[in-house]
Amino acid sequence: MRSEAGRFVTAARQALTDTPLQDAVKRATDTAARKRDLAMFADGRDHGEALRQQAAAARHRALSQLPALLEQAEERLTANGATVLWATDDAEVCRHVQAIAARHNVQRVTKSKSMISEEVGLNDALIAAGIDVLETDLGEFIIQLAEEPPSHIVTPVIHKSKDAIRDLFVEKLGMPPTDDAQTMARFAREHLRAAFLSAEMGISGGNFIIAETGTLCLVTNEGNGRMVTTLPRVHVALVGIEKVVATLEDYALLTQVLPRSATGQALAVYTHMINGPRRPGENDGPEALYVILVDNGRSAIYETEYAEVLGCIRCGACMNACPIYEATGGHAYGWVYPGPIGAVITPLLTDLKEASPLPHASSLCGKCREVCPVDIDLPRMLLDLRRDLVNAGHTPPPWTVGIRAWSAVARSPRAFNAAARAAHIAQHALPQGRKLPLGPLGGWTASRNLPKVAAQPFRAWWAAREKARDRDEQS
Amino acid sequence: MDFPPRPSPIDQPVALYVTCLVDYLSPEVGIAVVRLLEHLGITVTFPAAQTCCGQPAYNGGYQHEARPLAERFLDVFHDAPVIVCPSGSCTTMIRHEYPRLFANDPARAEQARAIAARTWEFTEYLVDGLGRTDLGLRLRAPQTFALHDSCHGLRHLGLGRQARALLGAVENATVVPLEDHDECCGFGGLFSVKMPDLSAALLSKKIAHIRAGEAPTIVTGDVSCMMHMNGGLARQGASQRVRHIAAVLADGLPEGMRHA
Repeated sequence: MRSEAGRFVTAARQALTDTPLQDAVKRATDTAARKRDLAMFADGRDHGEALRQQAAAARHRALSQLPALLEQAEERLTANGATVLWATDDAEVCRHVQAIAARHNVQRVTKSKSMISEEVGLNDALIAAGIDVLETDLGEFIIQLAEEPPSHIVTPVIHKSKDAIRDLFVEKLGMPPTDDAQTMARFAREHLRAAFLSAEMGISGGNFIIAETGTLCLVTNEGNGRMVTTLPRVHVALVGIEKVVATLEDYALLTQVLPRSATGQALAVYTHMINGPRRPGENDGPEALYVILVDNGRSAIYETEYAEVLGCIRCGACMNACPIYEATGGHAYGWVYPGPIGAVITPLLTDLKEASPLPHASSLCGKCREVCPVDIDLPRMLLDLRRDLVNAGHTPPPWTVGIRAWSAVARSPRAFNAAARAAHIAQHALPQGRKLPLGPLGGWTASRNLPKVAAQPFRAWWAAREKARDRDEQS
Repeated sequence: MDFPPRPSPIDQPVALYVTCLVDYLSPEVGIAVVRLLEHLGITVTFPAAQTCCGQPAYNGGYQHEARPLAERFLDVFHDAPVIVCPSGSCTTMIRHEYPRLFANDPARAEQARAIAARTWEFTEYLVDGLGRTDLGLRLRAPQTFALHDSCHGLRHLGLGRQARALLGAVENATVVPLEDHDECCGFGGLFSVKMPDLSAALLSKKIAHIRAGEAPTIVTGDVSCMMHMNGGLARQGASQRVRHIAAVLADGLPEGMRHA
């Protein structure tokens, strides 16, 4: 998928005036954040915090030995009967899947939700190869109908109201109009059921791969994941190379924090642990299982100071907590991953210059790290990405001039004081209580009055008091 | 990140790092800090060579421009046994970001870690450092307050209970809840200038909660957030105002201490 992150400021401004979007995102994220708190801290805050730290340690353990674990995972997955393929970039993922489809005479594909498939543009590649592709996660099904990208990594259709979804079903699928969500869901279910039974290939993502057992782990809630991974003849799983964990014990830790953080559930409705395709004598499961291990920029991150971000388990809690995401929704971020995690990994996985607004789209409030189930220091990474932008020259020249001037003046108390005195005098020339027409503070003053520079700074008060005290002591 | 154990600040003189915003925009906050500390019998010094900690440049990504200001801070406060700062975000800059800023300069990094251990945010110094919550303060008339937890103090320094304890011990002060008291006001330094619409969207939510609440005065620990919220409240013609915790506490000083 092409990044349009460079349009963030414009897109955010549009989102701020979109009242239905504002209402839908606020309601959904508030609910998710509240449920997350209840689930994470059901056994007390200390227990929840300890769980976070243990989960973080499990991810650090995996990342610290990632190359070895990936080789172990490949060996065990293969021993379990899966075919493991490696993909360096988006094009290679698409080529692999097209080749598998050709080998198994596949005409129809059903998909369970996979953010990597969004990342690599898989649907378009399959359609170009003449293959029917149907998203079967209800949210993904809706946005596929609407021809939109997801706006949240867990709840992709968070930006749409129930009414908008009804109108879409009526228009695109001929659903009899209804206001009842259950009726709408049943309609979608019946539509999907036929597709599940006729597809020759199912494509899923993967939440974790357990290296020591060669197990592919999937966490879903709608049952479509089980249909996609068991009914078709062929199952293809796209998994980022960072999703590997060392042991069953580490997986047990992570599978406690993932659903709690994502949807406020102690356990997702379906927890799949797939240990290979159908074996001789078994009644169900696919004939062939392919696991495609996808790099697509991840190994480059692994070499940098941002490696910790590869610990992300894609729960979406940072989005639900972020006041900026709440104000803009996900589409403004312009690529697959929105919110705080997107503001960090979009510049790292795509193009730093194109994504240059994203690291600045934060007040650095720190909520993203606070809720992160694996304690990724996202605010620190936003700061470092801002540094990278400055060092690469991707910052508007007036900013650089302004900050350099500030820094130079602030190195001298005398100059700093003189500048403040000048500002004190100059502020009388500014209009009070309304927007300034021009300059860097034009936007600021649209909704806020400027603070006033004090007539007497603290240092003058202090100096006068010291002087008076000296005088008192002398007399 | 490893930090050395924090030496106790008890019975030590305090070097005030007043911050540039307090110095030039809200000097009454610095004056309040001095009066409160002197009320407790603490000797306060003000190293006049201090300026800005470098946070605006650092948060904008201009680490190269922030570094000389950080070095300056380390030099100015080199000898201070205890540094007290009435700002959560500037304290965060000093405590958490300086050691990172000098990661490639072992001598400066060592100095930064040592200074980080001796630097206290104002309410943290009183409650955690000195173990004081009841400062013997009394407001002349009953007043109602609500607290806004500024983000840096709350999430980077673990503050919040300190201000509540201090205010709760003031005679005639009543503290009432504020909806979403731990949500960002949208300031974020240069963020509010770079993306003013987005910042304003957060501010308007904050102001709606303030206006819907009972308290005419909102108390916070950072003058940056205070100035941002007051700028919005004044523009909307709201009667509520945000004040710094030190200024509110200083209102409760005995008559003679208020103007010493």
